[in-house]
Amino acid sequence: MEKKRYERPTLRKMNTGLMNKFGTKTENEPVTHIESVSVKGLLKEYGSPLFVISEKQIRRNFQNASRIFKTRYPKVQFAWSYKTNYLDAVCQIFHQEGSWAEVVSGFEYDKAQRNGVPGNQIIFNGPDKTDEQLVTAAKNNSLIHIDHYDELYALIRLSEEHKLRPRVAIRINMDTGIYPKWDRFGFNFENGQAWNALTRILNSPNLDLVGLHCHIGTFMLSPNAYATAARNLCELAWSVKERYGKILQYLDLGGGFPSTNTLKGAYLPGTDTVPSLDQFADAITDVILGYGFSQDELPLLILESGRALIDDAGYLLGTVLATKRLSDGRRATILDFGLNTLFTSLWYEHKVSPAQPMGQQTEEMVLYGPLCMNIDIVRESIVMPLLEKGNQLVVHQVGAYNMTQWMQFITLRPNIVLIDTDNNTHIIRKAETMEYIDSLEEIPQHLK
Amino acid sequence: MRIRKNIAVSDEGFLFNPATGDSFSTNGIGSEIISLLKQDKSTSEIIEEISKNYDVDRLLLERDLEEFTGLLKDYSILE
Ligand SMILES: Cc1ncc(COP(=O)(O)O)c(C=O)c1O
Repeated sequence: MEKKRYERPTLRKMNTGLMNKFGTKTENEPVTHIESVSVKGLLKEYGSPLFVISEKQIRRNFQNASRIFKTRYPKVQFAWSYKTNYLDAVCQIFHQEGSWAEVVSGFEYDKAQRNGVPGNQIIFNGPDKTDEQLVTAAKNNSLIHIDHYDELYALIRLSEEHKLRPRVAIRINMDTGIYPKWDRFGFNFENGQAWNALTRILNSPNLDLVGLHCHIGTFMLSPNAYATAARNLCELAWSVKERYGKILQYLDLGGGFPSTNTLKGAYLPGTDTVPSLDQFADAITDVILGYGFSQDELPLLILESGRALIDDAGYLLGTVLATKRLSDGRRATILDFGLNTLFTSLWYEHKVSPAQPMGQQTEEMVLYGPLCMNIDIVRESIVMPLLEKGNQLVVHQVGAYNMTQWMQFITLRPNIVLIDTDNNTHIIRKAETMEYIDSLEEIPQHLK
Repeated sequence: MRIRKNIAVSDEGFLFNPATGDSFSTNGIGSEIISLLKQDKSTSEIIEEISKNYDVDRLLLERDLEEFTGLLKDYSILE
C-alpha cells in the first residue's frame, strides 16, 4: 500500500461571533487605562492591589437611573444605600446628585449625619436600632422603617416618654414569586401581619404613618416581581386611605436591581441576561400609575438602589505573584488580592482583564488569592493569556459591597483611589498600616 | 497525556471545549492524532501508527507531535 502524503498537524482556534461571548478574544482585550488614567501608573503610585472608583461613572449611572424613572413617573427620590459603599467620598457624590441616605445601623446613621444629610432625608431601615438611636432619628424627623413588633412597641413607648411623633413606615415582606423569599425582614403581606401592624400604628396618636417600604431581594432578575411588590404596596396604601382617610406620602420599593455582573453558575454572562433598568421602571411605574390614585394623591416613589448604581464604577487592580501547574495539570495563577479584598468573588464570576498587551495564546486557569487558605479563590476557571509573575490585572464591576464587606485578614486593606470628573486621582481611603491595627489593641500588663 | 473527557471531537475535525466555550478546527493528521490520544496511545505508539500510513521522517514527526500536543495542552484539551 502506498503511503499517504504527510502534512504537519495543525490546530486553529475558531473565533466566531457566538464563541466570542464566552470567551477569549474580547474578554482578554487589555485594559490599560481607567477613564484615561494609566493602570500601570496607578499601581506604581498607589501600590498593588488597589481599588479605583470612577466618579464620572457613578454620576452617569445615577443620572441615567434618575432619567429612566423620572420620565415615567412624576415624583421620584433615590436614597443611597450606605451599606453598598459608604466611603464618604462616594456618599457625597450621590448626595450631590440629589440622593437621600438609606441606612441600616446607628453607625451608618451617624455617617449620613456627618455627611451633612438633613435628618428628614435619612431613611432608617433594618432590624437593629437601639432606643437611643430611635429617639435621635425621631428628633431629627428621619423616616423610621419599622422591622418588627418589638421595634414598633419600643417606638410607641419612646415617643410617649419623649413627647415625640416620629414619621414611620413599615417594611413589608411578601411572596413575589422569587426564591428564596425574604421573609425575615419586616411584616408579612399575605398573612395579614402587615395590615395588623399598620392598624396598630394608625391607632397610635404618637406615630405618624407616612409611607410603606419593601426590599424584595438583591440582584433581582425579574421585573415582574417588582410589579407584584408595587401592587401589594398600592393595595395597602389604598386600604389605609379608604379606612382611615389617610393619604400616604410615599412608597419605597427598596433596591435590588442587578448590575451586569455574572452570577456564579450562570451559563451566560450578565451583560446578556440582566433585564434593563427600563424594564424594572416600567414594571413599577405602570402599576402605581394605573392603580387609581388621583394626580395629587400619587405617592412619592423612593428607590434604594445600591449595586446597580455603583458596581461598574469600581475596579480592583492587582498583580500576578506567581504561576504554577496543579497536580491535575491545570494552570494556577496566584494574585496579590483574594477573598479578603474581593469579597464578591463569592457571588460573581468577575470579569478579569490583563492590564498590558499579551500574546494571542490563551489557557484555562484558576485564579487564586494570596491567602494561605484553601477557600481563597477569585475565579475557579477562566481563560486568559499566558500570565506571568509581575503581569498586572484589572477586575471589573467591584464597586458594590466590596469596600464595605472586605476583611482585614492576613493582609492589610489597600488604598482606594477616586478618579474625578477631570481625571485627577485622589486617595479616598488610605491603605491600612500596622499602626492603625495596633491602635485598637491593648496588651494586659502581665503579657507585656 | 489524555484528552479531557468532556472535549467533543467531530469526524470533520472540529473540537469543542464546553469548559471554556472554545472551539477549534484541526486538519486530517491532527484528527488522527487526537483519536489515537483518545485511545490512550503513548507518544511512541502514535509515531509508530502514523509513520506506518504516512510518508514522513520520524524525527520530523516526533517534533511536530511534540509541538501539537503542547498546543493541545495550552488550550486545555489535553490533561
Ligand atoms: C433595605 C435595603 N435597601 C436597599 C438595599 C440595596 O440593595 P441593592 O444593592 O441590591 O440595590 C439593600 C441591600 O441589601 C437593603 O437591605
